[in-house]
Parts: sequence; structure tokens; C-alpha cells
Amino acid sequence: MNTILQVNDLVTKFYTVDGVINAVNGVTFELREGETLAIVGESGSGKSVTMMSILGLIPTPPGKVENGEAIFTSFGSSHDLLQLTPAELRNVRGGQIGFVFQDPISTLNPIMTIGEQISETLTRHLRISGEEARERTVKLLAQVGIPDPELRYKNYPFQFSGGMRQRVVIAIAIACTPQIIIADEPTTALDVTVQAQIVELFRNLRESLNVAIIWITHDLGVVAGLADRVLVMYGGRIAETASVDDLYERPQHPYTMGLLGALPRMDESDSKRLVSIKGTPPDLLIPLRHCPFAWRCDYAFDRCWEEVPPQIEISSHHKVSCFYDLEKGEPRDG
Amino acid sequence: MQRYFISRLGQSALLLIGVIILVFFMVRVTGDPARLMMPREASAEDLEAFREVMGFNRPLYVQFLDFFSGAIVGDFGDSLHFKTPALQLVLERLPATVHLAGIALIFALIIAIPIGLIGGFNPGSVVDTLGRGLALAGQSIPNFWLALIFILFFAVRLRWFPSFGRDEWHSVVLPATVLGLPVMGQIVRLTRSAVLEIRGEDFIRTAYSKGLEPRTIYIKHVFRNVAIPLISVIGVQFGYMLGGSIYIETIFSWPGMGQLIEQSIGWRDFPLIQAIAVFTSVVVLGLNLITDLTYAFIDPRIRYGSS
Ligand SMILES: Nc1ncnc2c1ncn2[C@@H]1O[C@H](COP(=O)(O)OP(=O)(O)OP(=O)(O)O)[C@@H](O)[C@H]1O
Ligand SMILES: [Mg+2]
Repeated sequence: MNTILQVNDLVTKFYTVDGVINAVNGVTFELREGETLAIVGESGSGKSVTMMSILGLIPTPPGKVENGEAIFTSFGSSHDLLQLTPAELRNVRGGQIGFVFQDPISTLNPIMTIGEQISETLTRHLRISGEEARERTVKLLAQVGIPDPELRYKNYPFQFSGGMRQRVVIAIAIACTPQIIIADEPTTALDVTVQAQIVELFRNLRESLNVAIIWITHDLGVVAGLADRVLVMYGGRIAETASVDDLYERPQHPYTMGLLGALPRMDESDSKRLVSIKGTPPDLLIPLRHCPFAWRCDYAFDRCWEEVPPQIEISSHHKVSCFYDLEKGEPRDG
Repeated sequence: MQRYFISRLGQSALLLIGVIILVFFMVRVTGDPARLMMPREASAEDLEAFREVMGFNRPLYVQFLDFFSGAIVGDFGDSLHFKTPALQLVLERLPATVHLAGIALIFALIIAIPIGLIGGFNPGSVVDTLGRGLALAGQSIPNFWLALIFILFFAVRLRWFPSFGRDEWHSVVLPATVLGLPVMGQIVRLTRSAVLEIRGEDFIRTAYSKGLEPRTIYIKHVFRNVAIPLISVIGVQFGYMLGGSIYIETIFSWPGMGQLIEQSIGWRDFPLIQAIAVFTSVVVLGLNLITDLTYAFIDPRIRYGSS
């Protein structure tokens, strides 16, 4: 499968009154056509900032993307999104890359009908008439599972439940048949039963639209059921990246182990309690000089305090940023 | 929408009844309205005769029903000073007050809203810094002092504008500026903070994520949401200006209701004061009703009565 998005060495900082927040410290990953890539990691690890940086959605100031490239390939041509003019980038946003955000209560304009909010994306990107946009919007509403789409077109966000609002946001994201959907914790704010419905909706859309999905989440349970590959972020860096099966079966990073340990398992006895990772997240005000996880790592040795570990390739689709070989129980060579 | 309107109308009616009751008892708190209204040196016979004429010697509830039924149809009796119907006198003064308040409001809005918007979109810019300084000055400089300074400088020294009256087209400039300045200050600050707040909302990020042009985002998503807090403040401020520009009308001898209030208090002309009080309340309540309707027009959550 072809790579549709290649991000290299992305660095984003926030210049705040308290100091410089090193939110993203050299992130490299790729996304392939039609695949679902999950990004996991604790709060503040830079998941959202990474995605926002790629599409110029970082509030500037205080934020600034200081380094990196994001090569987006669509219809045979490649562009570095970080080098595009604002106008060119606007054509990509909402047109070729759609967004779904966490909290559907606040992500829709409270005083505009949901129909208008969807159709304004259509008229913006597809240069179609208002009438045609309206017809398409009604179809989109039906596609994301909103009953009575004709009537619902004229409704306002407050007339919808949280799950239904998230469906509207998804309709906006898929309106212009994008190649990528970035979903930033799309189910976190929803009830458990509704979460399952939204995941199911994404699964169906992925089939019918053949769209690549970047799914940011804290929920490793959802990851197992939905994603092809997983990216584990820690302290503004990629700790580990692997296919879902590889990651669950042979985690290579102590942080990933911790995360998986923190996952309650249905198939194991109660004796294996829910483990939470000891220690606190890294202080992003301190520039990175060594492994950001060293503080909390049971396996850390001298080198971990001296260098930032690069990504080491374990197998063709499995990379880890760690100097310690968990399987052998000793530091890696080289 | 209809239910909302009817409930607001009902609330206004109740408030108006409350005002009429208050106004009725206002002149009776001291026990003897005749003493309050007559000159201090009036003889006992004069007082008695006055009570007879005004009906103050009837039982209180009869007086109240009389006053109330009169007030409802706009009959507050004759002014003691002019000996003509009180409400008539008030209505004669209305155009001048509306003129002054209207110009003051337009002046305030035309300057304040652009400054507030620019400040909200570019906090820390030159316009923002100057605008905030102006807002602070407008809100903190005492009105009457500024009025005197303006008269001294623009009317006496430079002779650009008349210092009193309403005889020339530009007579309104000085009083309207003084009256509008604090409102302008408040609206600059409110617009600015509303823009800053709305800009940071998640739905604005959504609008950017859709690839909309910044101009579209400002107009369709930011401005309409900023208008919501503005409308209610503009309504309240306009009501306040209509009802209460007493100093300014007095200082500039502007022949409006404010001046009439000041005069009627001096004359102890209670029927006139009562007429002004009730009439002003009607104006303010009417204005609030219009404000609420505009509000509902912009904000569907109110129109459809969500919590
Ligand atoms: N506008 C901002 N100003 C200052 N710092 C910011 C801003 N946005 C994000 N950050 C900082 O960047 C860091 C990474 O934030 P980010 O939102 O990417 O975390 P996340 O992994 O998405 O976490 P969560 O799971 O809570 O969403 C955090 O330390 C945060 O404080
Ligand atoms: Mg986030």
C-alpha cells in the first residue's frame, strides 16, 4: 500500500509565560492509504498537537512548528503540508483531510443549523450551488445514521444528543470525500453504548469510503478492534510503533508494557490487577536531553540518561525508541 | 417563540403593575402627601383644601384604585405647576430625549464596535491599546465634569458648537458625546472580550478545520455569536439613557424628559413626577421586550426554549 502521509522529525513548541513547552520533539511516522492508525499515549503526550501542527491549526502565538515535514500524497502528487501557503492549506483542510474532535457539544456552532454547518464545507470545497449542497447534506446525514435527515437539516445542535452531534461532526468530516480523517478522541465524551455505535459507524465508513483514519485515543480496547497499526506517544515523541497484533503480543517499550498492563483483561483472573504506570508525565518545559521515560522506567541504565533513543527497527513494521531489549533482558547492542 | 414572547409580555405587565404600586406609595411613605406637595409655609386651611381637591382624604384603597385605573389609561391627573394633563407634558418632551439618546447610542456603537472587534482579533495592537485606553477613560471620567470641560473648550473657547438648547442641528453633538462616552467604553470592552472568548471556542477550530476562509469564519461564526451579549447590553444602556440623562439634559438645557424630571422635583410637582416614573418604566420595559425578541431572533436556544 502507498504511503499517503509521511511525517518527518516534527517539532512544535509553545512559547508561554511559564517558559517554552516542548510539546512535540521530533515525531516521525507514516500513514498508508486506507489504513487505520491509532495514536495512544497519556494526556499531554502531544497527540493532538502533532495532528494540529500538520494542518496549521496550532494557535500561533503561542505555538510554533519549528521543524519537520509532512508529505501528503494525493492523486499522484506530493506536497509538504508545512510548506503550503495558508490558502493552499485551506483547500486540504476539510477537502482532503477531515477532522472529528473530542467534544461534540462544543465543536458545533450553537446558533447555526447543522445543515448549514455541513453544507458550508461542501460549497467551500466543491464549488457547487447552495441547492445542490443542501441535497448532498441530506444524503450525508442519512449516511451517518441520522433519522429524518430532511427535517433534521433545519435543527440546531442543542436539539441533538451527544452521539447524534458526533454523527453530524463526522458528516462534516466526510462531506468532501477526504483521503484522511483525523479523529481526536471521538468517543471519549460519549456514553459507553454510544461509543460503540460511533466506532461501528467509523468501521462502515472506512469500508465504503476507503479512507485512511488517524484515531487518537486513550482506549486500548477500541484500538484492538479498529486499528491496523498503533503509534505509542510519550513526552512528545514516538515510543513505539507496530501493527496491532505485534504491539499486543510483543511490546518492545517499557511504557507500552505499562499501558498494556493498565488494560483490564477480561480473560484473566482477578489476581492480575489493573496496573497504572508509576510516576508522573515528563515536564515538557525541560528540553529533551535523554529518554523522556527514563524517570519512570524500571530498566533504565546509564545510556538512557545520556542520549535520546532513536527509533530502532525490530521488524519491517515494528519500531521502538528504547536502548533496552526487553526480550533478551539486556541493553541493545550498538 | 410565541410562548416565549407571551411569557415575556406577561412578565413586563407584572413589573409595570409593581412600578405603579411603588409610585403610588412613594408619595405616601411620609404619611401625608399634602404636606409633601404643598409649600412648607402653607396654612392648615390650605392643606385641607388641597387634600379635598386631590382626594387624599378618601380611604387609601379608594385612592389606590383611582390612581391605578387612571395610570392604566395614562391619566395621572394635572400637573400642579402647569395645570395641564401630566402625561401630555411628558410626551411633549419625549422627542428631544429620544433624539439625544439615539444620537449618543449611534455615536457610541459606530466607534465602539469596530474598535472592540479589531482589539479582539489583534489583542495588543495599536488600535487595541488606544481603544482600551479610550474605553477606560470613557467609563471612569465623571459625566458632569466632562460636560463642563466640553462646554468650556468646544463651545466657549472654540465656538464650534452651541453650549445649550436644541435649536440648531449641531446642538446635539456635545451632549450626545458626553452621554455616549461611557456606553462606548463599556461596549468596546464587551465586544473585545466577547471576540476573544468566541475565537477560542472549539466550534471556531472546527470552522478552520473545514478550510473556511478567515473572513467567512469571522462573519458567519464569530460576529453572530458576539452579537448575543452585545444586544442585551445595548438594550439596557439605551433604556438607561432614555430614562436618566438628568445631569446632561440639565447642564446643556436640553428640553427633554431628564430636564423635566429635574424641574418637576424642584416644583414638587408630584403628579408630573409620577407620570414620568410610570412612563419611563413603560419605555424601558418596551425596550427590554424588543431586546429579548432580537436576542431570540439570533439565538435559537432561546427561540426554541432549551434550558
Ligand atoms: N495552546 C497551547 N498553549 C500552550 N501549551 C499547549 C497548547 N496546546 C497544547 N499545549 C501543550 O502541549 C502539550 C501536548 O498537548 P496535547 O494536547 O497534544 O496532548 P494530548 O496528547 O492530545 O493529550 P490529551 O490526551 O489530554 O488530549 C501539553 O503539555 C499542553 O500543555
Ligand atoms: Mg488531545
